[in-house]
Amino acid sequence: MTDTRSPMLELLSGFISELREAGLPVSLTENLDAMEAITHIPIEDRDAFKYALAATLVKNHAHWRAFETVFEVYFSLRGGHHAIGDDTDDLAQLLDDMEGEGDQGNEGEGMGRGGGGGDALTPEELAELLYQALMQGNDALLRAIARQAVRRFAGMEPGRPVGGTYYLYRTLRNLDLDAVLDKLMQQTRDKAEDQGNPLSPLEERLEEDEFRIRIESLKKEIEAEIRRRLVADRGVEAMARTLRKPLPEDIDFMHASREEMVGLRKALYPLTRRLAVRLARKRRHGRKGPLDFRSTVRHSLSYGGVPAEPKFRYPRPHKPEIFVVADISGSVAAFARFTLMLVYAISHQFSKVRAFVFIDGVDEVTSFFEGVEDVTEAVHRVNTEADVVWVDGHSDYGHAFEAFWEKYGKEIGPKTTVMILGDARNNYHASQSWVVKEMQHRARHVYWLNPEPRSYWDTGDSIVGEYATFCDGTFECRNLRQLEKFVDHLA
Amino acid sequence: MTDTGTEPRFESVGAVRDGLRDVQYLADEGIAGIVYLADRLQKPILVEGPAGTGKTQLAKSVAELTGARLIRLQCYEGLDESKALFEWNYKKQLLRIQAERGESGGPSWDEVETDIFSDDFLLTRPLLEAIRAEDPVVLLIDEVDRVEVETEALLLEILSDYQVSIPELGTVVAKQIPLVFLTSNNTRELSEALKRRCLYLHVDYPDMDREKEIVLTKVPGVSDALADQVARIVRSLRQLELKKSPSVSESLDWARTLLLLGVETVDAETASSTANILLKYQSDIAKALKEFSTDQNAAKVFAPGPK
Repeated sequence: MTDTRSPMLELLSGFISELREAGLPVSLTENLDAMEAITHIPIEDRDAFKYALAATLVKNHAHWRAFETVFEVYFSLRGGHHAIGDDTDDLAQLLDDMEGEGDQGNEGEGMGRGGGGGDALTPEELAELLYQALMQGNDALLRAIARQAVRRFAGMEPGRPVGGTYYLYRTLRNLDLDAVLDKLMQQTRDKAEDQGNPLSPLEERLEEDEFRIRIESLKKEIEAEIRRRLVADRGVEAMARTLRKPLPEDIDFMHASREEMVGLRKALYPLTRRLAVRLARKRRHGRKGPLDFRSTVRHSLSYGGVPAEPKFRYPRPHKPEIFVVADISGSVAAFARFTLMLVYAISHQFSKVRAFVFIDGVDEVTSFFEGVEDVTEAVHRVNTEADVVWVDGHSDYGHAFEAFWEKYGKEIGPKTTVMILGDARNNYHASQSWVVKEMQHRARHVYWLNPEPRSYWDTGDSIVGEYATFCDGTFECRNLRQLEKFVDHLA
Repeated sequence: MTDTGTEPRFESVGAVRDGLRDVQYLADEGIAGIVYLADRLQKPILVEGPAGTGKTQLAKSVAELTGARLIRLQCYEGLDESKALFEWNYKKQLLRIQAERGESGGPSWDEVETDIFSDDFLLTRPLLEAIRAEDPVVLLIDEVDRVEVETEALLLEILSDYQVSIPELGTVVAKQIPLVFLTSNNTRELSEALKRRCLYLHVDYPDMDREKEIVLTKVPGVSDALADQVARIVRSLRQLELKKSPSVSESLDWARTLLLLGVETVDAETASSTANILLKYQSDIAKALKEFSTDQNAAKVFAPGPK
């Protein structure tokens, strides 16, 4: 080990502690592995370096994003062409190269003045350049344009206390990528028509996907450039802290952004599949049934009449019937959308799932999920068609439960597991908790999942405590991790 | 523990990638890098990813590349020690005891006992076989997520120390460190203890250029334009939200089918009539057709749903 490596070690230990801060479980052995791994690869190979760290430190694909962000922050200013300040030459260089080609081609006059460097371009020329780069899928040129665009449009000033998203918004607004996409599509269409074979819908779709992917990669370049500049301005630690995002399993359902919601939906599917697998396994390997006397005697014959090998009856398979009763009022709207997705997911895994939604009235929505392939469509139907408003559309758990008991109470049997999802914020109506008590009597289990943090329970108009007395379990369920814990408990 | 004198198999990351290319496995930077690291660090690789992305094939190709014997342990529910590690050949032991019993001046019980718990009576199963092998081997533990959490513990000793402890015989230490691959389809979370001992590799669907190249190498006779189209369409399909996205092996099947049908360029009609090769759910097919053609009637003809 030479002296030059010690700053590297320091950087790496900072990097790892930031990963831990972000919630990744990095153990000591993994830390040591990473240290050893990087001695085996050429340090100037940035990609190899990244993969080496990832292979030793990140053991769950869901954490990859978090890792990538931290990596970009820590190592974005290192390595040859990643330093700040050489971007002008970058673009100029590329333009020179292109000009050489342009002499034989047709694109020459559009960028003739590019030789003066990226800054010399007029906005129109830059837009034209961007358009060409997207058309040809020229990655190097796109990267250079991204840098130029950030320099020009983002208006970044050292020490300005705004987030990266603000700069990103400013840059993208100036580039107006939607219009660029339209223009690209239009030209592709025209070109095809000129050649006598207009695009079929399939071809058009493929072309559009291609352009979208290129534009996406341009956006990523711009984001990376902004991040680089912010890191240079504010320092690594500060930047890592501001960029720190919760891991997928820690995202709060109530405050999930649209994008996070999509991610959650993807994560839900394996969770329910896991639940189903686990239940099936339990069925096969679980506690044996009562002693099978006849079979035991029969098998004792081979031991000379000694019942050496006791035989048991197979246990009756437990086929759970699940009733989901979900609050879909405004106060838990984000959570409600999530619970509906959960209902959709489990209804595909279990033979008998019935779904009910309520605000101050209650309605069964099982049929909305049957034979539906698109969950968003089902959720939309639930939100628009279900008859859940009784008086004013403010949560009234008491009345909703009463109505539920009246209409569907008889159908709860000893096989039924009832899951109630809601924050129990009752707007000071009567609680009618006897309904939950009756349900507990009849059903196999009654569980309550509450999307609020435990410390908020029973504050204000929340009366979850009153219902909890009659539930077999009350669970705080704000993120996937907690939901998974509940699933473990259930199975 | 690492002093078993196993020479590194690969010179550099580039060597791994080129070598794999020679055996028709197109690895990206990440895959090649991690195989190289696993060799240098002498650690197993845990490969995860969607079905049909070439996880098992990676192990096979590495074996072919290094000229090593591939030993495969297919995991399933209920796998136990006697199927994964070793077992005593008790029938043979019984015969041995009975053979001794006949002679009056035969060996004493102690002698017989040490005798029947010797190498001759040991049935080696894949894990032990990989450890005891004299020649270079690649050990593939396939679909490790299928065994129960408790059974995972069986693997831990072999994965970290490359040794197996047999109560009657003592510890068998590896003569050479085998390259170990574990694959998982992620039906359940593997234990921390297992993950900690491995390098982690997530194999995702390849990007378009790599997929095109894969189609070109694996389907002889396919034209460049057709491969390009196949890769493009498959990429667009993967962006839809489907029950099951088309895997690499399915896009290869599709390319072969198109080739057999003598298709030069894929138009909407051929795509929809052969969509069942790429997509395995009726609802997925319907969705894809709906997305890709403005002609709604076509979608109904090819995907008569239940309702």
